[in-house]
Amino acid sequence: MAFEHKHLLGIEPLSASDITHILDTAESMAEISTREVKKVPVLRGKTIINLFYEASTRTRSSFELAAKRLSADISNFSRSTSSVAKGETLKDTILNLEAMNTDAIVIRHASSGSPHFISTFCTSAVVNAGDGTHEHPTQALLDAFTIRRHRKKIKGLKVVIVGDILHSRVARSNLLLLNKLGAHVVLVGPPPLLPREFSGMGAEVEYDLNRALDGADVVMMLRIQLERQKKIYFPSIREYRELFSLTPQKFRRAKRDAILMHPGPINRDVEISADLADSARSVILEQVQNGVSVRMAVLYLLLGGKEREITD
Amino acid sequence: MRLLIKNGRVIDPASATDETLDILIEKKKIIAVETKLDDDAARTIDASRKVVAPGFIDMHVHLRDPGYEYKETIKTGSLAAARGGFTTIACMPNTSPINDNQEVTKYIVGESRKNAVVNVLPIAAVTLGEKGEELTEMGELLAAGAVAFSDDGQPVASSQIMRRALEYARQFRTVIIDHCEDKSLSGQGVMNEGAISYRLGLKGIPASSEEVMVARDLILAEEADAGIHLAHLSTRGSVELVRQAKARGVKVTAEVAPHHLVLDDSLLEGYDTRLKVNPPLRSLDDVRALQEGARDGTIDVIATDHAPHSPDEKAVEFDLAPFGINGLETAVSLILDRLVHRKILPLKRFIEMFSTAPARILHLDEKGMIEVGADADLTILSLNQNTVVDVDRFRSRSRNSPLQGWKLKGAADMTIVGGRIIYP
Repeated sequence: MAFEHKHLLGIEPLSASDITHILDTAESMAEISTREVKKVPVLRGKTIINLFYEASTRTRSSFELAAKRLSADISNFSRSTSSVAKGETLKDTILNLEAMNTDAIVIRHASSGSPHFISTFCTSAVVNAGDGTHEHPTQALLDAFTIRRHRKKIKGLKVVIVGDILHSRVARSNLLLLNKLGAHVVLVGPPPLLPREFSGMGAEVEYDLNRALDGADVVMMLRIQLERQKKIYFPSIREYRELFSLTPQKFRRAKRDAILMHPGPINRDVEISADLADSARSVILEQVQNGVSVRMAVLYLLLGGKEREITD
Repeated sequence: MRLLIKNGRVIDPASATDETLDILIEKKKIIAVETKLDDDAARTIDASRKVVAPGFIDMHVHLRDPGYEYKETIKTGSLAAARGGFTTIACMPNTSPINDNQEVTKYIVGESRKNAVVNVLPIAAVTLGEKGEELTEMGELLAAGAVAFSDDGQPVASSQIMRRALEYARQFRTVIIDHCEDKSLSGQGVMNEGAISYRLGLKGIPASSEEVMVARDLILAEEADAGIHLAHLSTRGSVELVRQAKARGVKVTAEVAPHHLVLDDSLLEGYDTRLKVNPPLRSLDDVRALQEGARDGTIDVIATDHAPHSPDEKAVEFDLAPFGINGLETAVSLILDRLVHRKILPLKRFIEMFSTAPARILHLDEKGMIEVGADADLTILSLNQNTVVDVDRFRSRSRNSPLQGWKLKGAADMTIVGGRIIYP
């Protein structure tokens, strides 16, 4: 089966079968990372740029390792070390990087739509590694991959996503993806951070965490971005914790075998109790591990590797 | 040299005229309007199958001169106006330096005399530096050539200052124009707040940021018994507030931009920065309310808010791109095609909104009408001419139009200013 997209700009343009295809490919990639020699030559000779305009630990390293395990050459640029600090525009930066014959550009940027913007003029494959408050497609894919490993099927699951929905690209991409695969998504957060218009995007909007958790299969806690809040969305962390933090007691409302997810980085004892984050129900580190497999799959599919070479 | 325009369908809303008439012009004035005129000595223009209207007036443009001449100059802006069918344009004061003193006003007046092909009327700032703190010397600015006052772009935040400005301006024959926006509500917003902004992850500008200020201005104008003109309304709520205020006798007039009458926020899906404008493109429901407001007279004027920006400035991330749409060369065709031909706006009302109404609001006593003694400013329209928007043919120095490639029916065929044909 062919993957017909030139770029991965978001979950929105993908069909359910595209998503399943990426997840299935990621399953074959996962095995590579368990080998003694964690490397296959399928993207040998391909050049990938990791262009990170925003801070990131997980996503940047994950893309880097993914590229290296497929034998691609990868170069990292961040805002502070690039000419961006000298006032170069994004367009000029991309055109200059492309002049060095790149095959893919992985971009994280604080402005929503930046990957779409660069895809209008660049010839490399563009991979969205998080754009502003819009989408973070590889995060949603790795989350789906993780859920699938615990639940076989995504269709029919109740997935509860809790926190700052308004500013979360993770929530948007997950909502889109989970809807396409037939899950029931419930969004929870303080009303200023959860506009009711999200119900028009196929989510159930709920302001009472306890009620939302009833019968949940998956609970996904989002980071409260302390640096973004200026006490106009909610009055204090103290009150936020009271209303929206996940505690073992609240978590008991979910199904007995419900899993707990978090895209990281976590604020221990703010949105999630430390005990829960470290508990057996938490799959937070699995998510990180699966991120490499999913990103290997994405790079592989976009850069046109051939199916059989992986197993060679 | 006389100019004779023959056989045109003359529509002059001011005198409720709509019939085939000949118009004779001499020395910048209309000297005769008759069923049949002949003058062998005059240059004759055959306007058969055309509509002859009072010269169109765009009371809201940004000419960027002085200070941002790489975007537009008084000369290029006036050429764009001529091509778009406008005979008079009023330019906003947010230049560099800001037009808050006689020197800048005089510069614009002098530069226009030398280089502009249409009438250019400066709008001066309401407050010094558009800072919203101290009133400008309105009397002196009017003497230097200003016609109205506005802190467009940096709306007067303080209700106290706005109240005093409205009161102070009452002694003159002028008008305060407000760009209604509560910046504490619009914040860092870049598009209309709603389902689409939430999905695109772009920061929203809520309808309330405009409506709160519209309501405030109406209350202040009513209390001061002063006139006020509200620029570029964009929401259903604003239209409703103005409708109610007019019904109870508040001296308010209002304008709408062509793009707000036609385009809605669903077009932003592709993050096209050419569609980034302030106030933002709103929902389809708002577009319909604006059309209704234009039709029923709640909204008096169509004004382009012509906001030229260079291609490089728009070729950036959506958050970073400047607000503004290049409007002078597309407005007439866009409204003819999308509103007049589709029976949303009657032809007479269209002409009224582009000429009669802005002339009245700006106190241009000899413009906005076709009668003996009036200024010989005329816009001749070809209602059925098919055009394709091509930004590369713009006379504006900038190209930032989201309408590139649009096929539109109806266009300004000829523009006459002071008896002189300036376009084509």
